[in-house]
Order: sequence, then C-alpha cells, then structure tokens
Amino acid sequence: MAGVAGVAGIAGCSSLGGSGSDAEQPDVAGETLTLTTTTSTYDTGLLDEIHPDFEEMYGVTVDAVAQGTGAALESARNGDSDVVMVHARGLEDEFMRNGYGVNRRDLMFNDFVIVGPESDPAGIQGMGSATEALTTIADAQATFVSRGDNSGTHTKELNLWEAAGTEPGGDWYQETGTGMGEALNTANAQDAYTLSDRGTYISQRSEIDLTILVQGPIEDGPEILANPYGILAVNPGVHDNANYDLAMAYIGWITSPGAQDAISDYQMNGEQLFFPEAVSENPDFQQYVPEGWSSDSADE
Amino acid sequence: MPLESVVQLGPALAELLHRGLVSADLLHPLAAVDWLTVPAAVDLPFREGYVRSIIFVSLYVSLVAVTLSTLVSVPVAIVMNFTDFPGKQFLKTVINTGMGFPSVVVGLVVLFTVSNQGPLGSLELIFTKEAMIMSQFVLATPPIAAISLAAMTGVNENVSDAARALGGTRLDVALVVIKEARYGIATAILAGFGRAISEVGSVLIVGGNITSAEGISKTRTLTTAIQLEARQGQYETAMILGGVLVALVLVVNVIVVRLGDTEAMNR
Repeated sequence: MAGVAGVAGIAGCSSLGGSGSDAEQPDVAGETLTLTTTTSTYDTGLLDEIHPDFEEMYGVTVDAVAQGTGAALESARNGDSDVVMVHARGLEDEFMRNGYGVNRRDLMFNDFVIVGPESDPAGIQGMGSATEALTTIADAQATFVSRGDNSGTHTKELNLWEAAGTEPGGDWYQETGTGMGEALNTANAQDAYTLSDRGTYISQRSEIDLTILVQGPIEDGPEILANPYGILAVNPGVHDNANYDLAMAYIGWITSPGAQDAISDYQMNGEQLFFPEAVSENPDFQQYVPEGWSSDSADE
Repeated sequence: MPLESVVQLGPALAELLHRGLVSADLLHPLAAVDWLTVPAAVDLPFREGYVRSIIFVSLYVSLVAVTLSTLVSVPVAIVMNFTDFPGKQFLKTVINTGMGFPSVVVGLVVLFTVSNQGPLGSLELIFTKEAMIMSQFVLATPPIAAISLAAMTGVNENVSDAARALGGTRLDVALVVIKEARYGIATAILAGFGRAISEVGSVLIVGGNITSAEGISKTRTLTTAIQLEARQGQYETAMILGGVLVALVLVVNVIVVRLGDTEAMNR
C-alpha cells in the first residue's frame, strides 16, 4: 500500500509534519514519518523487514534516511526528521540536554567486535580487553581503518582509544570517512584491523576475509564493546513542524512486544543481528534521561 | 518510452548495435564488460519493482530539472548572444564557473535552503524529489547556457550577414542563427542531462536515498543506489546498476540524435 503511494506521489511527495490542520484530524493515516538513522540499522535490512507492519497498522509511510549517528542527530536538530534511531549514548544525551529530543527509549543492542586479517600481524586474537588490543595494534603500527565520520561506531572507537590512553595517528591509522560497509571493504583490501558493529560484519562476512579477533559482550567479550541503540522523538516544542504524534506512535510500536519480537527474529546468514531491550520488567529509569542525570543536577 | 523497455537494456543495446545506430567505437571503454549478457546471465538480486522505480526517479528528476534548466538557460544564452548589456562579461564568468560547481557543494547549499531552518524550510522540501530537482537544476543550468552560447557564437558570420542582407529583421537573423546552432544547443541540453543524471553528491544529501520498506524508490536514484550497494560491498549489483545507468544515458542520447536527424531529413 505504502509502496503504491510512494510511486503515485510524484509531485507533492509527502510532508514531514502534521502541523496545522492535520493536527485536528484524529488519525495519522496518509502521513509520512521521517526517521533518520544509522547505516548499521539500515544496511542490515532490519528496517525494511519490520516497517511494513507499522505502515500497515497506521496507514502511514516511513521514510528511513541512513546517515550515521552524527548526521542523523544533526538532521533532527535542524528539524528535518521526526524520530531518530542511533547508537551513541553520549551524543544522544547531548541531544536531549540541548532540548532537541524527548522520550528516549532503550531499543535494542548488539555489540562491537574488532576484526582483522586472519594472519593477525599485531597478535590480538582472543584478547579479553579491547583497549589492550588497540594498544597492541598501535604499538605494532598495524594498519587500522577508522570510520572517521562522527558515526556511532566512530564515537565508540574514539572512546576506546581514549580509554586505552593511546592517541592514534600516523601512517597506519587511516580515516576513511565512510559507512561501516565501506570501511570493512577498505580494511579487507588492506589486511587492516577495524572496529565494526557485529550486525554489519555478519551481513557482509561472506564478501570479505576479515575475522573477529576480539569479541564483544554477546560472545562473552568485554562489556566496553556493548552497542546499545536508542530511539528519540524530536521535541515538538523546538520544532513545531515535527510530526510528534506519529513519532510517538512509532516509538510505541517499535518498543512493543510484537515489534521487539520481530527485531529478535531478524536474522542474516543464520545469525541474530539485534537483541531487543525495550521490553523489560525492570523499570530502568536511566533510559529516559541523559546518563548520570538526577533531579539534583538538573541545573547543570 | 515505456519504463518496462528500459529495464531490458541489454537486448535493446544489442539491437541498436546490430542496426548500426550505435557505433561499437562509442562503447570501446565499456568493452571489458559483456553488456549484452550481463542482465540475462545474472539473476537480478533486486526486489520486484525496485530497479524500475529507481530508473523512474532518476529519469523524472533529471528530465524535469533539465527541462527547467533549458527554459532558463537557452533564452539567457540567446539574449547574451544578440544583445550587449552591462555585466555581460561578469555573467559569462559566473556561468563558466558554474560549469565546475562541485555537486556536493550545490547539495549543501540546497540542503541549507530547504532544511527546516532554511529560507524555504516551511515548504518542507527536504528529502523530496523537488529538492533533488532544485539541486540538479543548479547543476545543469550553467553547462546548458555556456554550450548553447558557444554554439550560437560559433555560427558562421556569413550566415547572419546573409540573413541581414536579404532584408531580415533582428528577429529573423536570430531565428536563422538559432536554427544553425540547433545541434550545438541539443548537445548543450544533453550535456546538462548527462550532468544531472550521473550526479550523486547533491541528490544523496538533499534526497536522502529513500525507498519504502517494500523497496519502491521515493528519492533513490540509480547513482545513489550504486553508492549504497558499494557501501555494502555488493560490487556486482553496483556494476549492474552502473550498466543500467550508462545504457540509459546512451539511449537518451541516441533518441535525441535520431530526432535531430529526422528533423534534418524533413527539412
């Protein structure tokens, strides 16, 4: 249904917001939700798999724009999207503290892995510590490919270097400024190491020769390699054109048991890519507010 | 041209080659790839309607943009060729510089214009075909204007002198010159079309490379689809889409050239 609408809507193709007269209509049918998200959720095919359910349920269209966490939040900051699905808690917190985002929920998680050539020139295979592995790579001056694009993965990588107390730089450290898939291809072509989210690595594994050398927490690796995804609505108090009703409907749907099951069931090459996190007995208040936030420190 | 036939580009190209409409020399750089068997031999890894919809978006956006560009830039070129006005040299410089505008810069400028915070923010054009048409319009207009102007300037002065000598008004002279320069103007439009349809930087930024969950393109073009496939390491499918794009440009060129020939024959 939505596909037909997509083709037919040649001229006045959709609007972002349900502002003005739209707000007076009780239902959201026919509207378009703009979701800015990361390449890792998009390129794994997860969103295409689960979105038809939501679109059918509400009679709406979801425009998913894959940009990388930094760019996805920037689009939302400019009021160009309604809802954001990203994976860099620090950037999400900043986004919330600045008032751009509301109603954040923990959505799902997977983990990061350090991948590299099977020959493993730096000798990091099986290390239990991600920071130790990175320090070893730096000491060996083995080629390391960095995303260099302010994405969630890039942010995580920089945090890891910082935690390792090593300043990466030199000929061996290459910033590609590309998406995860391209960074994996680049690393593959040069027998280099890189940090990847597990989902993109699994979805691309058949095309490349890189193997996982340091596991993330899903396979009992260090907790520091956890990769949690969050979802936030754009604050309608800042951008009155944001389609807040539909954004909240989307957040409600994707954190519901049904959609969480669909996320859990989504597999590629026989492996589960994302682990749902929204449905829990634990109230987990921390998901709604910036990390470390308490009412006492609200004036910071 | 029905889109269904565009999808069957391999056979169509073979037919054109067979009939001698397309010189094999033209295809020389592409000879390394066996274009005639690629679409048939590979089981296309795309969902139904996907390729057709991105071809549609590519053609729709580029054709609308180039049509608008032509409506603006050919009259500008005519005025510049037949009249003198202050700032003409400056305008010429602007147009010539415009031919080299990097498409990502144009994309950024259009993004800032149509973004919610920008001057056209209230129109909510971000991530739509209209925004893509805007950026391609900016990209295609300078080459069309510059090449059209060059074509008209290049018309032999004897022609305009003769028209004037035969008692032609200024309008008559202009019409004669435009008629003589029509191949050059057609080339200009094709150059603009080529720039628009093969451009990836700006349409990615302002369009967002969106498809529906069912795989029907909203703002995904052939170029941004190729970029996406390459990002995912799917070089084979990227190559197939690249072949479709090249073939599409080729077909449009052949059609325009053939139209020109028919016109010449009817004269």
